[in-house]
Amino acid sequence: MGTGHNVLGRALPRVDSMEQVTGATRFADDLTLPGTLVGRQLLSTHPHAVIAGIDTSRAEALDGVRAVITGSDLPITYGILPVSQDENTLAIDRVRYVGEPVAAVAADDAEIAERALSLIKVDYEPLEEVVDLEQGLSEDRPLIHGEGTGRNVHRSVALEFGDVDEGFGVADHIREDVFHYSGNTHAALETHCALASYDAVGKLTLWSSTQVPHYLHRSLERVLELPAGRIRVVATPNGGGFGGKTEPFSHEFAAAKLSMLTGRPVRINLSREEVFYAHRGRHPVLMWVRTGFAADGRITAMHFRSFLDGGAYSSYGIVSMYYTGALQTATYQIPNYRFEGVRVFTNKPACGPKRGHGTPQPRFALECQLDRAAADLGMEPVGIRLVNAVEPDSLTVNHLRITSCGLSECIVEVAGASDFTARHGRLPHGHGMGLAVGAYMSGAGLPIYWNDMPQSEVQVKVDRGGGVTVYSMATDVGQGSTTMLATVVAELLGLQPSDLAMVTADTDLTPVDLGSYSSRVTFMAGNAAVEATGKVRDRVVRAVAEKLEANPADLVLADGRVSVAGDPATGSDWAEAVRMAIATEGPLIESGSYRAPELAGPYKGSGVGISPAYSYSACVVLVECDAQTGMVAVERVWLAHDVGRSINSLLVEGQIEGGVYMGLGEALFEEQAFRGGLHRGPSLLDYKIPTILEMPPVEFIIVESIDPGGPFGAKEVGQGPLLPVVPAIANAVHDALGVYVDEVPITPDRVVAALRDLARGGSGRFGPESVPDFDFGTPVRVEPPEGFVAP
Amino acid sequence: MAEQVISLQVNGAEHRILTADHRTLLEVLREDMAMVGTKHGCDLGECGACTVLLDGRPVLACLVLAVQVDGRTITTIEGMAEDGTPHPLQTAFSEKGAAQCGYCTPAMLLTARALLDEVQAPDPDDIRQALAGNLCRCTGYNKIIEAVEAVAGAQD
Amino acid sequence: MTMRLPNFEYVAPATVDEAARLLSDPGRSSLIVGGGTDLFPKIKRRQAAPTTLVSLSGVDEMRGVRFDSAGNCVIGASTLLADLAVSHQVPPVMAIAAASIASPQIRNTATVGGNLCLDTRCNYIDMPETWREASGHCLKDGGEVCWVAPRGNRCWAINSSDLAPVAVALEGSVRLTSVHGERLIPVEDLYHDDGIACHTKSFEEILVELLLPSGGTRATYRKLRRRGSIDFPLLGVAASARFDEAGTCVSARMVIGAAAPAPVRATEAEEFLIGRQFTDEVIGEAAGIASGPVRPQDNTDTGSRYRKWMVPVLVGRALSDLVADDG
Repeated sequence: MGTGHNVLGRALPRVDSMEQVTGATRFADDLTLPGTLVGRQLLSTHPHAVIAGIDTSRAEALDGVRAVITGSDLPITYGILPVSQDENTLAIDRVRYVGEPVAAVAADDAEIAERALSLIKVDYEPLEEVVDLEQGLSEDRPLIHGEGTGRNVHRSVALEFGDVDEGFGVADHIREDVFHYSGNTHAALETHCALASYDAVGKLTLWSSTQVPHYLHRSLERVLELPAGRIRVVATPNGGGFGGKTEPFSHEFAAAKLSMLTGRPVRINLSREEVFYAHRGRHPVLMWVRTGFAADGRITAMHFRSFLDGGAYSSYGIVSMYYTGALQTATYQIPNYRFEGVRVFTNKPACGPKRGHGTPQPRFALECQLDRAAADLGMEPVGIRLVNAVEPDSLTVNHLRITSCGLSECIVEVAGASDFTARHGRLPHGHGMGLAVGAYMSGAGLPIYWNDMPQSEVQVKVDRGGGVTVYSMATDVGQGSTTMLATVVAELLGLQPSDLAMVTADTDLTPVDLGSYSSRVTFMAGNAAVEATGKVRDRVVRAVAEKLEANPADLVLADGRVSVAGDPATGSDWAEAVRMAIATEGPLIESGSYRAPELAGPYKGSGVGISPAYSYSACVVLVECDAQTGMVAVERVWLAHDVGRSINSLLVEGQIEGGVYMGLGEALFEEQAFRGGLHRGPSLLDYKIPTILEMPPVEFIIVESIDPGGPFGAKEVGQGPLLPVVPAIANAVHDALGVYVDEVPITPDRVVAALRDLARGGSGRFGPESVPDFDFGTPVRVEPPEGFVAP
Repeated sequence: MAEQVISLQVNGAEHRILTADHRTLLEVLREDMAMVGTKHGCDLGECGACTVLLDGRPVLACLVLAVQVDGRTITTIEGMAEDGTPHPLQTAFSEKGAAQCGYCTPAMLLTARALLDEVQAPDPDDIRQALAGNLCRCTGYNKIIEAVEAVAGAQD
Repeated sequence: MTMRLPNFEYVAPATVDEAARLLSDPGRSSLIVGGGTDLFPKIKRRQAAPTTLVSLSGVDEMRGVRFDSAGNCVIGASTLLADLAVSHQVPPVMAIAAASIASPQIRNTATVGGNLCLDTRCNYIDMPETWREASGHCLKDGGEVCWVAPRGNRCWAINSSDLAPVAVALEGSVRLTSVHGERLIPVEDLYHDDGIACHTKSFEEILVELLLPSGGTRATYRKLRRRGSIDFPLLGVAASARFDEAGTCVSARMVIGAAAPAPVRATEAEEFLIGRQFTDEVIGEAAGIASGPVRPQDNTDTGSRYRKWMVPVLVGRALSDLVADDG
């Protein structure tokens, strides 16, 4: 192969792909247990109301109804973040959005369950609703969490790194721009589903399409008041996740409780409508950004304000808010930086983490503004980015530690492949090109609940026939984490990934991994697998070396053999080698773990944005716009991504392409829109995810910067490639038509509105004019890290 | 409740089933026949995840009553491999990375198969048009197109 | 599968007469079902609750395309949209319009009759039951108010059929049969500009076939939608015209779909075009005239303002198609 690797970097199929293509993969709703009851939830029909009473007696009396529960049956609150445990399984006393579950039933079949829901009588006393940012910041609206009236501010932050006023003072050019990024949602094709079974000896098993079995396990323990040892969570293969299944959900607790009450298995499968209400998708964010530039394009200071419309509950909201300010500095050297953010509660489904969590919105604002600054300064989009690009092995003003960094290479590569500089600004009217970049974390530096245990643990067990089983709680949501683990283990043992048995995502069987979120699995579980497999490898090598009387360092594992390098005929086949290792030192079961280094800076909120490594991307898109209808078609995309090291190029390409696709949807089509407190269309007809006809060809360039901390140097690829796509499209639309649509999605009506404004002699801009006047308070001043070098 | 005994040819085997008139083919396949390879994403005909072949043509099992297709021939993902040998499309989807989460995959494969059964050498545009009713949220579709093209090229 | 159909009886008679008899049976609350792709989602969302569905799929005589002695192209109402889309017997514009409907899978079950009789759509009614309860049931949904235009007392749900504007532009007619007899009416007269009473056909009447007169007409269909598949039209414009040898228009029809509860004939613009050649100026002026009476409401994607803006754009493009070399 010439790479010096067994399987690393090759385009091998997913280890579970034959199951997938034969329809054998069992998702949560495909599992069957004898006597399973149908669970359904009754949803609130009010955005904000007091529950004056619930009468379930008629539902309970219905033949075939086995249990009915309401809020008081599960009084303990939960929430993904320890600091914001503000949700109940079923609303108690008050409903806060249309679609919030208020009661749940378990019945013999779906028809009875539906009938039972219609027999539950809820008395609502409507309260004034709070449905947007402005109302959320009003003093006069009722508090969504609490009594009386007041501003529905969930949390705000004001931080200053360096001296921003001084930075603006030395600027040659200052720009201020306002942007809005609409909310959107994951829309995984599989709707959330949980199957609970409480057995005769008092053990609860929950099969659920969750990305975070460990956090769900902990939450079930609290809410159901069962010891952890009597709860088993099995994360079934997720039919798409994208962050939408990254926290405990109401239906999971409800299914479990109903099973405990009835002694029978209970399944709750959310309808598509319910998934839109369960949401936890992208926050709508209004942003104001003021940036100072030197004449050569270098950023001297940045002041970034973000206003998040969070919906009715906290979810990851505090973290989401911090993320809207955390990673601006991960791509550009910003010597002085002030970030102010606020998240408000509103009577809508809660927003949370979606692919890119809190960073696509500021990335859109930043990259659009940068293009305009370049034009102001007579520079090219490529030039202004290269002059500001972050360098490897550097620190940022807000205390992020950058290790490997292929940003400049990504920019140069993608601009070269697309012939960007020759074409940008020079294409015929209606055709345009745009460039943007992005960076993302390879795993959040800190776990969600404070602890000093590893963030990922992996076990590798080898049986006497040489069969290798890998145990990990990492959850495959389609991103290919199981294949990644198999590849890492196979690489080290000289086997094929398809040779291995993979046991994943089961709290009874597998050691903890925190879950499939924050793009952490390759880096963290991958490193844990490297450590565990390394121990297995060492033992096998030791045993074979002893037999051969060879130096262990001279042995290699390849093609199912353990032999002296350059002489495959020596040594043993894998199974024989394994038996020798077991004979000499006992059972061949080893474990490994990973814990991120201490990276947090000296300020509150510094836990958000830190990561052991950052991936980098740069993207160019070519668009064709219809100047009359405002329809935008993306014709081609070039995307360069610094993945550190490609463990499986097929999967890396797949993540890039999937990220481009999801970014395309956010840029042009998708909006979780509301009319008052009511979703404008909770269906896949009204919520427009792109079809195959909207997807352009993608040319990808994989950049390998070999991160010193990653498994074989690998970094993330699941989320980063989405980030530059949205602003690249916005910049391309400007290049094509001369208009600025400073609000995504860039829908045809917005484009035409901007074109009409341009035709009337206006600026040709569509977007918000200003941001609310909100007092963020005096920013907390944070000194740049020791060793920070201002550009 | 109105019920009928119907006869379905599913994946080459004759099945006689007693079903209520109002049940969809999707419900009967998944619940009565344990063929859970057919998925559901919206139940309203908006996503394509429940696609099966009816007399060789792709239809949405969530919008077809079982009694409507009495006597007709149905192919589901469980019937796509023949005698244990995967259909070339199944192999190509695996090798080309055309499945990520795998949820839309059965429907995507069946729709692609109907195209290849009908058109000898479809070009990429034919493939796009044929698959335009199948939403995929993971892949960005291009690897699906590549996989279908690879098989189309081989049968050319 | 969380959205299920409620209990009903399904009957598939073998003849039109038998179907007509079933529909007029006072003991049943029957609805006709063609492919079911419009009806089943509505029933799943509990917008309709029939006790009996009378299917037309067993009626062989209602399938396929033929020509009658007068030279009309006769399209059976149970012909699948997928078959229409590839038919060489029907006017090409009909095939093109059919090919643009919904998705390939839906075209494999949906029928010509079903598309012509598509229920009007609105983003206040084509919603799940919980949503409609939260919103308050609208006029078409048994409530008191049309949420699109709350001050009025009528329903603004939209006729979203793609075949309807084309069939009107082609001067088509439909044959309706019931136990009371048979009638042949212009397609245009099938529709009523009211979102609730949107069809003039009685519930007992079966749309048996669509007749399109032959020859001499150039025709086109322009459709606007967000995605290239699945979506209903935001707007559709069908246009047809005949020209004399000098290229002067001798007759014209222009029909705007998806803008109102019925397809809208732009009669003023049609009259304007007669006797004129389709220069850019004439097309521009006609587009302006055509869009005058069209007032889209804010009840589908992208809102009313944009759809209003798009009427002259689509009309202009449609008229240009008619004089394009390959038109």
